[in-house]
Amino acid sequence: MNELVFFINNVIIAGSVTGSIYAIGAIGVTLIFSIMRFAHFAHADMMTFGAFMVLLLTTLFPAAGASIGVPTALVMLPLAMLLTATLAVGIDKAFYKPLRVHGVKPIVLVIGSLGVTLMLQGLIRLFSGTGGQSLYVDDRKEIFRLALPFEGARAPIVITEPQLYLFVITLVAVVALHVFLNRSRLGKAMRAMSDNPELAQASGINTNTIVAVTWVIAGGLAAIAGTLLSLDVTFKPDLSFFLLLPIFAAAIVGGVGHPYGAIAGGFVVGFAETLAVFNWNVLLRPFRDSLPTWLELPSNLAFVGTEYKIVVPFFILVAILVWRPTGLFKGKVIQ
Amino acid sequence: MSNSTETRDPTYTPRDATPARRFPVREVVLFGALMAAILAVYALMGAAYSTRMLVEAACYAILALGLTIQWGYAGQFNAGVMGFVALGGFCAMLFSVPVNNAFWGTELPGELGRVLLYGVAATFLVVGASRLDRLGVPRKLRTLITVVLALVLYLVIISQLREVTSQIQSQAGFVGGFGLPAWVGWIVGGALAGGVGYFIGHVCLGLRSDYLAIATLGIAEIIKAFLKNSDWLTRGTATVSPLPWPTPGPAELGFTLSRAIYLSITAMVIAVIFFLLHRAYHAPWGRMIRAIRDNEVSAAAMGKDINKRRLEIFVLGCILMGLGGGMLGTFNSLFDPQGYLPLNHTFLVLVMVILGGPGNNLGTIFGAVAVYIIWIMSEPLALFVMELIVSFGEGTFGWDAPNNMDSRALQARVLVIGMLITLVLRFAPKGLLPEKIAHHG
Repeated sequence: MNELVFFINNVIIAGSVTGSIYAIGAIGVTLIFSIMRFAHFAHADMMTFGAFMVLLLTTLFPAAGASIGVPTALVMLPLAMLLTATLAVGIDKAFYKPLRVHGVKPIVLVIGSLGVTLMLQGLIRLFSGTGGQSLYVDDRKEIFRLALPFEGARAPIVITEPQLYLFVITLVAVVALHVFLNRSRLGKAMRAMSDNPELAQASGINTNTIVAVTWVIAGGLAAIAGTLLSLDVTFKPDLSFFLLLPIFAAAIVGGVGHPYGAIAGGFVVGFAETLAVFNWNVLLRPFRDSLPTWLELPSNLAFVGTEYKIVVPFFILVAILVWRPTGLFKGKVIQ
Repeated sequence: MSNSTETRDPTYTPRDATPARRFPVREVVLFGALMAAILAVYALMGAAYSTRMLVEAACYAILALGLTIQWGYAGQFNAGVMGFVALGGFCAMLFSVPVNNAFWGTELPGELGRVLLYGVAATFLVVGASRLDRLGVPRKLRTLITVVLALVLYLVIISQLREVTSQIQSQAGFVGGFGLPAWVGWIVGGALAGGVGYFIGHVCLGLRSDYLAIATLGIAEIIKAFLKNSDWLTRGTATVSPLPWPTPGPAELGFTLSRAIYLSITAMVIAVIFFLLHRAYHAPWGRMIRAIRDNEVSAAAMGKDINKRRLEIFVLGCILMGLGGGMLGTFNSLFDPQGYLPLNHTFLVLVMVILGGPGNNLGTIFGAVAVYIIWIMSEPLALFVMELIVSFGEGTFGWDAPNNMDSRALQARVLVIGMLITLVLRFAPKGLLPEKIAHHG
């Protein structure tokens, strides 16, 4: 029974946590792709930027959350989302729009976004230093231990406060996005533009507004993902580097330009990562006595060591590009 | 009919229409300025330091030539130059470092060989299982068998490998080298980088160009993670040094002279690459590559095998990156997997290429040397500016600066590189020495 609890803690909970974060990130990437048709490499740094804004605001007003009983960082999140959205729109105006107007190939926009990545990284490191910092400035991170009502289950299921918030906020964000895309006028216009930009423009949709709205949504979601990830672990300026590949893998697995696919892709990549680094020997331990004697199991039965975690999204990416380049749900524009 | 034969120039022969010869003002001015900058660095920093800078710049020029083939000739964007450079550096280390008798004298090489043979056998088994449907096994069952077999065999092999490698690590430290001349390592490094490039290109080149950027970014991080964590092969974070040079080292000839000899070798390599690329660019092959870059559809309509040509050029670029990485690694005389940074080995090379002129070999070499000088000189400059800001802040507002200002000043260079990339793309997308497009007409 303890083994099962171990499995739940290390795979189900950890996988859902990473999966949610990848999913929120991948939605942003996929939305930007479907409207502007390029892979936005600076997305992970917008996440870091959002988390950094939360860190700054929390350090400035450390006691703001105590009065309503939530961590200060969460109180500051909406403000950080606003700031990150503004930044995203500003970056687009300053760097991407001139290139777009010039009519360059999408790959030049990709290189431009790499330049933006470096600029954001440089700025964040310049102001925050290179070390890690906790977003819990004045509050304490609550850890819940749920004991299971079974015989022999001594180890509890461990879940932390930021993880609970993460699940709730992910759910809210996904539902809100769904409603926005399907019910609101702007959301419908966005979908129209993603399907066929020329037709959308010809039918009177203001494409500039749609582009701006896309950046606002992507920036806001990036701030959420970055903040929740930093709440769960710590804030580090080089956070973005370990996020970029899994997020792109998630977006491509789900089918590029397909927001619901991105959510599924995020969880696929997140669970694949945790399953790959999980030591399967733990689950086999209860059956040790019933195994034949010639079968001597090594103590480490993980597929990859934790240090090679980045291999997992990469191989998912390669596999999907080889067998199903359109993604699980049919995405668009491959050529 | 007769009219047209009269107007036709009888001396005309069909050839690649190179632009009419003119005096290359821009080239002369830019290279003159570069020369002046190099002389200034020599006067300021001394001969040994400046020669080192030049050798490193020359190695970067090889990397930049590799990238200019991919990006300039063919429009493929490689965001993982670092990985190929690291592979080259690793091969240079593996082939040139002296033989480790604590490893080869024991039964460990046999053990390692046995596990590797098992690995090969397992691969054959899995491939065989994936062909089971030809024997009449239903396809779904075949897929299931293949996947389960692959997972189980993989676990068996990897756990045996873990055992052997940890034994190597505890008994012999690391595998050691082969004790061969460094240039063997450079060539193998180029070949290995080309092989990895082939794999990536094979997967991605038929798809949107963004996918290549994502995949190369990923493979670079994977190569780095592998080299960093395989202590049995590379000593990981403990680093390997010194790597023997193919030329007399500083201990025999002093710093300046030995570095100058190394510089002449790198210059020779660049000259050979430059000559070959120049010929290839003006050959029918080069025209075909540019035709594919500029208009894929019509090139395909002319019967060109687009994906094959693309793969060719991508692999060629990767080979050059591996070669340059090997030369750089040997020159530094240190193999440190953690020293490979995306900023230094990917984005710096990118800036060199897009600033110098993608698709123009001369421009690329100019960009490589110029940007490297700026990069090296920016370090003391950044520290100086930061010091100035800190002392100004302390004097005027009584601001007590955090103590890690030095590392932050170096981070400011990240910002500058990023800004440079976006500005060049915006205002000088063809670089300082643009590619000369031949016009027929």
